[in-house]
Amino acid sequence: MLLAPIIWVLTVGIVYFFAAKTWWFPPPINQHGMDYDAQFMRTLIVVGIVFTLAQFALGWVIMKFRNDGGKASHSHGNNALETLWTSATAILFLGLVVMGTKIWAGVHFDEAPPGAIPIEVMAKQFSWNFRYTGPDGKFGHTDLHLINDANGDPFGLDPKDPAGRDDIMSASLKVPVGKPIKLILHSRDVIHNFFVPELRMKQDIVPGMEIPIHFQADKIGIYEVPCSELCGLGHFQMRTTMQVMSEADFEQWKQQQAANK
Amino acid sequence: MSSPAHAAHHAPHSFIRKYVFSLDHKVIGIQYYLLGLFSVLIGMSLSLLMRFHMVNPNVSVAWLGKLWPTAAAGGVMTPELYLSLMTMHGTIMVFFVLTTVPQSGFGNFILPIQIGAEDMAFPVLNMMSFWTTFLALVVMVAAFFVQGGAPLAGWTAYPPLSGAGPLTGPGEGLGQTLWIVSIAIFCGASLMGAINFIATIVDLRCKGMSLMRMPLTCWTWLVTAILGLLGFAVLLAAGVLLILDRQAGTSFFLPAGMLINDHIIANHKGGSPLLWQHLFWFFGHPEVYIAILPGMGVASQLLSTFSRKPVFGYKAMVYAILSIGFLGFLVWGHHMFMSGMNPYSAMAFATLTMCIGVPSAIKTFNWIGTLWGGKIHFTTAMLFALGFVSLFVTGGVSGIFLGQPALDLYFHDTYFVVGHFHMIMGVAAIFGMFAGTFFWFPKMFGRMMNETLGKIHFYLTFIGVYCIFTPMHMVGIAGNPRRYADFTNVEYLAKLIPVHQFMTHAAYFTAAVQLIFLVNLAWSWRKGPKAPANPWNCTTLEWTVPSPPPHDNFNGVHPVVLHGAYEYSVPGAPRDFIMQTEPLPVPSGD
Repeated sequence: MLLAPIIWVLTVGIVYFFAAKTWWFPPPINQHGMDYDAQFMRTLIVVGIVFTLAQFALGWVIMKFRNDGGKASHSHGNNALETLWTSATAILFLGLVVMGTKIWAGVHFDEAPPGAIPIEVMAKQFSWNFRYTGPDGKFGHTDLHLINDANGDPFGLDPKDPAGRDDIMSASLKVPVGKPIKLILHSRDVIHNFFVPELRMKQDIVPGMEIPIHFQADKIGIYEVPCSELCGLGHFQMRTTMQVMSEADFEQWKQQQAANK
Repeated sequence: MSSPAHAAHHAPHSFIRKYVFSLDHKVIGIQYYLLGLFSVLIGMSLSLLMRFHMVNPNVSVAWLGKLWPTAAAGGVMTPELYLSLMTMHGTIMVFFVLTTVPQSGFGNFILPIQIGAEDMAFPVLNMMSFWTTFLALVVMVAAFFVQGGAPLAGWTAYPPLSGAGPLTGPGEGLGQTLWIVSIAIFCGASLMGAINFIATIVDLRCKGMSLMRMPLTCWTWLVTAILGLLGFAVLLAAGVLLILDRQAGTSFFLPAGMLINDHIIANHKGGSPLLWQHLFWFFGHPEVYIAILPGMGVASQLLSTFSRKPVFGYKAMVYAILSIGFLGFLVWGHHMFMSGMNPYSAMAFATLTMCIGVPSAIKTFNWIGTLWGGKIHFTTAMLFALGFVSLFVTGGVSGIFLGQPALDLYFHDTYFVVGHFHMIMGVAAIFGMFAGTFFWFPKMFGRMMNETLGKIHFYLTFIGVYCIFTPMHMVGIAGNPRRYADFTNVEYLAKLIPVHQFMTHAAYFTAAVQLIFLVNLAWSWRKGPKAPANPWNCTTLEWTVPSPPPHDNFNGVHPVVLHGAYEYSVPGAPRDFIMQTEPLPVPSGD
């Protein structure tokens, strides 16, 4: 009997923390992020109602139907009720998936827009590297055997390939604001995961696979990129940043990097 | 329904045959229960060390340094030690607690009696199954004591981290090999158990015990056994392939072109890391239901018994259990939305995932329907069953977020996931076990447990687990990745550290409260008041026999079942319950 008020208090407490948003998403930095948050809120409202009603109903039957020495009613069930709550749940759950489809499709079914800036990502235990094309717009050929982390070449650029001579490498991700970006994800050892909370997007990086993802960041700033797939003892330290810069700053940064080579 | 004669064997007299290498399903059930109890204490201790380290990453503790002279040199836990504790916590809890106690423990003891059999169909196989599980546990724990320590690849053991040998990290040498060998042995044991459960239910039901008259507990044990048979077979195959990759140089899961820790891996090519994930989760998702289905059965049985009402919608409950079992094999891909698999398949897996939410919701509605109009007796067993329903709802609804690929774009591998699965397959399943313990302890040990201690333990645990696992959802929403040894290297995690401190203290509190249970268990076993045959006025067959039951369960009498399992408060009956072996009253006035 004491259980009923405890369930109610816990329910109210949980609802409070989800409503107060004390610990919450960082603000989104693109349209996809806003769409994501809208879908999350739709789900949260549905789930919140279902959760609250179910817990309050449970508390209520505990309170109402406690043993008072009388006789319990005898019923084996009610088929109309079974049909009602089965169909209601099915429509509700499937409806949510259908509503979220557009968000998933935007990330995974659509190709990167033409003109998206290609950036190659090379993840390894326990650091990140990013490669940009130079003025020729082409990535140079790379070879595993030529990788030399100590010399600042985590990709293994082939010196014989002229297309690679102007490639730019960086330990953090720099992108221009408001431009479509296409990341080409590579790992050279174990599985890692590229995650920017503000982008509302993550993707595993699997050795032996080349996985492209695309996005656009619309707000200038520096955002953290914590590795989000267990990759070994340094997993918790495998962090870099994504800096969203004005287009002019981005071009200037690229020129500086090229000059420093 | 054949005679259960072929399962009969004579009562043994020597200590070894009676208590160690016993063929008696009741002894084997208790052996499994104790193995699970030992394992849960290890698993819980590991989680406390993890919770300590997460919020005190640099604090030196002298005895940690003594326990792990290299991995915690100077008493400060290294990140690799943290990850190996995490891996072993998950593995031990999932395999040796959640898989073992509800099914092999309670199932072994109660199932044959509930269907009116003298023993399981294959008593020798039953004994072998237990001792093989025991061997698996020994091999698993041994991983702590070998060079490099226990593996750090998590209970999911994704290759290449788990497949490429010691180059990927400490613990990935012999420790990881022992882990896979242990899992393979465990799979063998579970297959033996699954076959035995299925054969027993199909073949040894007593006269009158049609399938649709079985208690819901038996239905959940049956479907769990089928899930185990199909799931563990696949995990066994996957484990063998992973060992071959590690030891024989094959490339099932290892692709070409790897450079690990400055070493070029030249001897592997053509493998697929995703293949492991498909095989693992083909087992791993049904495993969730292996852990929770028996708890659902126990909850159904107890809610009916202690509200003195028939189960609401028995048939709907059976169909829900069967559809959960079937759909459970079609949703494994929802663990892999971010894995790089074909994104179109995510839509299919998401749709099927939402479908499996429907029978789960049906069960919840039916539980509340069962309580509705009842006269609830708040025994400790009943409190845990009610707590199970509350936790099942809380743990279930967060799945509605995670089942959507769109929302998983953010939530995958965050603490939101950790909160979700701990709530549902961890804590809810464990509440099912506590409910089963308080309910069946009198039958298993012939003594009653202490209700006052039981209720204190229940209330404190119920509040404690909510305090541990609800905040995990909140830090997950804030983007906290899981499997991080500490939170000092990512700036946005700093503001979440106070929440982690709260969870750590809640974990200390909840763990301390479990001492009440242990004391209750030990005291009641030795000194509890003698239990009558049917202390709860329950209808199922195990309550027709003495507590504890004789060696052949029914003293040579073959019970005959006359109706379904949940005839409570039947109008016109002299008592508010009618045993399955007693006739229903003839309706008067017709």
